Amino acid sequence: MALIAFGLIAAIVILSAMFVIVARNPVHSVLWLILAFFSSAGLLVLIGAEFLAMLLIVVYVGAVAVLFLFVVMMLDVDFVELKQGTLRYWPFALLVGLIFLGELALVWLASDQLTFDSFNPSPGAATNAEAIGSVMYTQYLLLFQLAGIVLLVAMIGAIVLTLRHRPHVRRQDVGKQTGRRRADAFELKDPTPGQGV
Amino acid sequence: MSNAIESLGSLWGPLLVLGQIGLFTLVLLLSIAFLLLLDRKIWAGVMMRKGPNVVGPFGLFQSFADFGKFLLKEIVIPAGANKFVFIFAPILTCTLAFTAWAAIPVAPGTDTGTTWVISNLNVGVLYLFAISSLGVYGIIMGGWASNSKYPFLGALRSAAQMVSYEVSIGFVIVTVVLLVGSMNLSDIVNNQDGGIQNWHAFSFQNFPLIIVMMPMFVIFFISALAETNRPPFDLPEAESELVAGYQVEYGSTPYLLFMLGEYLNIVLMCAMMTVLFLGGWHGPVALGADVTASLPPLLLSLAGLFWFMLKILFFFFLFGMVKAIVPRYRYDQLMRLGWKIFLPTSLAAVLVVAGYVTYFGVQS
Repeated sequence: MALIAFGLIAAIVILSAMFVIVARNPVHSVLWLILAFFSSAGLLVLIGAEFLAMLLIVVYVGAVAVLFLFVVMMLDVDFVELKQGTLRYWPFALLVGLIFLGELALVWLASDQLTFDSFNPSPGAATNAEAIGSVMYTQYLLLFQLAGIVLLVAMIGAIVLTLRHRPHVRRQDVGKQTGRRRADAFELKDPTPGQGV
Repeated sequence: MSNAIESLGSLWGPLLVLGQIGLFTLVLLLSIAFLLLLDRKIWAGVMMRKGPNVVGPFGLFQSFADFGKFLLKEIVIPAGANKFVFIFAPILTCTLAFTAWAAIPVAPGTDTGTTWVISNLNVGVLYLFAISSLGVYGIIMGGWASNSKYPFLGALRSAAQMVSYEVSIGFVIVTVVLLVGSMNLSDIVNNQDGGIQNWHAFSFQNFPLIIVMMPMFVIFFISALAETNRPPFDLPEAESELVAGYQVEYGSTPYLLFMLGEYLNIVLMCAMMTVLFLGGWHGPVALGADVTASLPPLLLSLAGLFWFMLKILFFFFLFGMVKAIVPRYRYDQLMRLGWKIFLPTSLAAVLVVAGYVTYFGVQS
């Protein structure tokens, strides 16, 4: 049963990953990418790493891919033209792909744990989340915090790059708006007919 | 009965799950039909109108009449629309809205320690969070595939809004998870038994925390309004600016699916608030152990279901009232509220609750 599910989901992952590259419309590419992420989460559920699966969906599908989609939808680039020259790069792409495949094969050959049945998603703990938490906050605490700092620097960098103080721009002043009282906004007049205010 | 179960053998498990899914779907669809009517009646009541009152007694069958109307109309696909994505978007919205219900525990089981739930996930909270974060795709895809300006603008607004408020919802959920020490929704509900004072919104058993949990409850409610694109945060479909937002080009069955998904998400948010903050299926007064032992377990389960539904109805009523009495926010106000007020507040609350749990421990 699990093997059938694995085969099905793995096939979906590979096919959708292929369509990411093949699709002519970039928005379709991103949608296929989302399907690939989603199905990979299914694979993680199959080996019992449900916490990782949910995180994959929340972070990659729920946040990162939304931004991808945003950017791709709003870019006004002629992607057909952009794709004209891509065929030239195929030897390079093949090389990268082969290196990647070789590395995967090495890992698989070197490790005796990576079979489908013997994989333990939560070593030494009741749940997957607990296992990851205890490893991350004890053994790899320094690396974890360094990763956090890298993200923080990236965030500040992005803000610095995009923040421009332009003069003469009218901005909303919330304090002023909520501080406005009835008396500031209007006054009641009782004009005599035929004379106006 | 037991003979029938044995003769089915290994098929029994999947069949049972299928039956549960069917039951959930049926009950949800029927309740949505009447909740829709309730929503319109509340709105009408506040405005001193009568609301729908023609089809059936008190207009009770209005939703069914609307359903028939939507089904029988022709599906119009705009020229230049991306056909597949255009049709797929409402289906996705509706499917996801149903999918999320798989993890919601609705009542205590008849055996001790069990729950009436389709799938008792260890990461139930995260599952709900993940599924609701996927909901934004239906809207973006629908808006983009319509190949029209208003839907596209509406979809972009909506996506930005949902992504922004998801952040504060996530932090609010973290405070509850910290209190319980588990992401299993059944555990979260069981942590709140023993009467109204133990519900997470009040959390009297960890007394000083009411200062944190009550505001978190309010933040969750307001964020849920924004997350489901309900008034006062219905900017994606602000009819004065964007006609009807991402669903301008939709009609007949696809529109029906969008609307169904929207209302299912609202009820789901109500259920989430019930589970996380208002004690799920627990009644406001705890029955003694001797009383619960003397009652048949099925009765207790049904009583739990009753309380659960009553609380959902209460939240739905609040959603309806907010729609009727609160004027729409401006877009910059919406973003300011989400990023500059809710996010820092909920982040601070996570720190406070985490510190409390670490140094004082939780009493449950």
